[in-house]
Amino acid sequence: MNTIPNRQVICEVLMEHAKEDKDIVVLCSDSRGSASMTPFFNTFPEQSVETGIAEQNLVSISAGMAKAGKKPYCASPACFLSTRSYEQAKVDVAYSNTNVKLIGISGGISYGALGMSHHSAQDFAAMAAIPNMRVYCPSDRHQTRHLVEALLADQKPAYIRVGRNPVEDVYSEENVPFEMDKATVVAEGTDVLIVACGEMVLPAKEAAANLEKQGISACVLDMYCVKPLDTKTLLEKAKDVKAVITVEEHAPFGGLGAAVAQCLSENEPKKCRLLALPDAPVITGVSKEVFAYYGLSAEGIEKAAKELLA
Amino acid sequence: MSENLKKTAYELRSFALDLVYGAKTGHIGGDFSEAEIITALYFSELNVDPKDPESPERDYFILSKGHSIETLYAALSKKGFLDGEDVQARYSRFGSPYIGHPNNKLPGIEMNSGSLGHGLPVSIGIAKALQMDGKTNRVYVLMGDGELAEGSVWEGAMAASHYKLDNLCAMVDRNRLQISGSTEDVMHHDDLKARFEAFGWHAIVVEGNNIDSILAGFEEARATKGCPTVLICETTKGCGVSFMENQAAWHHKVPSAEEYAKAKEELAAKAAAL
Repeated sequence: MNTIPNRQVICEVLMEHAKEDKDIVVLCSDSRGSASMTPFFNTFPEQSVETGIAEQNLVSISAGMAKAGKKPYCASPACFLSTRSYEQAKVDVAYSNTNVKLIGISGGISYGALGMSHHSAQDFAAMAAIPNMRVYCPSDRHQTRHLVEALLADQKPAYIRVGRNPVEDVYSEENVPFEMDKATVVAEGTDVLIVACGEMVLPAKEAAANLEKQGISACVLDMYCVKPLDTKTLLEKAKDVKAVITVEEHAPFGGLGAAVAQCLSENEPKKCRLLALPDAPVITGVSKEVFAYYGLSAEGIEKAAKELLA
Repeated sequence: MSENLKKTAYELRSFALDLVYGAKTGHIGGDFSEAEIITALYFSELNVDPKDPESPERDYFILSKGHSIETLYAALSKKGFLDGEDVQARYSRFGSPYIGHPNNKLPGIEMNSGSLGHGLPVSIGIAKALQMDGKTNRVYVLMGDGELAEGSVWEGAMAASHYKLDNLCAMVDRNRLQISGSTEDVMHHDDLKARFEAFGWHAIVVEGNNIDSILAGFEEARATKGCPTVLICETTKGCGVSFMENQAAWHHKVPSAEEYAKAKEELAAKAAAL
């Protein structure tokens, strides 16, 4: 059982690079603990900036530091980072084109029983709507590592959402098929296409395995790049299937499902089922309970596939 | 030198007036109140070079009150960053890069602004990065006084003193008017000096339409160690044209042909009298 959350991997990768690259800086808004960034702050105090509980300031300061040549990684709970400092992300990061990487931690409904104030079920929609802002949501620790390595090599703004809890591996250390801005084909299949991101990739993979046993062939795409959406792989895999299912830890509007449906409706119309959180405050519970309740589970995906193919 | 700078401020006003009259849009009141501040920055204080606008050794200036862009276009044109004729011909026209707020695709403009309350925190980021690298470049940011109602300004104000950013000099264009009327009626800011001091800043009140007073403020800011400095620049909105002065309506009013001619005449007469 994996005990390493994706946020911890981000810190590890940044620490590996920060030794050599003094321009890498991490900024937190009283969030270094929840961002798993305490080791970075302790090891590289001269490359760490604390802004206090002030997310607007956090993002603007990051943008200013980027303007002066730094490579800021700005880590704060996704719920606050994506909406409290939305205008700073829009104007100071995306519009001014500063090399800021916004790390939305404890994303989606990771904070469980803390309620809607602490859930970020709108972050994909909000961030993806900003020109020049990319949106990523990696599925497991291995993919997270590759994603952060790729982000370190570019100079453009990005928003990355990761969850709070450790999640089981989708890939293995030896086998992480990763190409920047390309969806990963987790399973090949010809009857139904399942497109998922983040914590929903693993149940999609399990659902495909279960469906296989029942004679249904499912293709699974790990679309960690919510924006830019890998439309090429999507259309290629959607071409021959009868239906498409999207699965995401996000509101039903403006997220992965909406992007996939938009692309398909324009290029390759298919019957779609968009599995997502409801347009309502979610039921109280830990992630697993909440996901199961709304059908964001292997069982829920299997059920949707059978209904679509019936 | 300051006699020349006084004339330069009127030259910038005249350029800004032409821009606003030509394109029938702009924010003339704030353009005129900030004219001496922008002049003192670009023609005395800032280490910036139009031949090398991205020099790592440059000083940084952020126009947080981005709507007062016309005077900045005037300064950047006079300084050689922009082609003044091109700016006059295309400002706010279809497809133009010279938009109604700072556009950092243009040489000499560091950051896009327009939404108020962003410039100070962004400047803090620049100043913090320079401080980390032990560099001596300085960072300047100009805010409007109406802008100070934005909460993000005060998030920044507490951070700047927390980080002891003595390489940062903020300026407030304290013209006491905003779009709806008096700042003190809309949302009061007095005693502004005490407010900044309470946030850990060295605050200096200067005559904001007096070049010598502003330059003295910059000198004091440079000599101040261990904390950021703010120059509270007491200015007159619409300064330089009698019928525009202290009139909130001139926040973004466009002059008629008659008003334009009269304003040009007044500016020329004032410049000639210097």
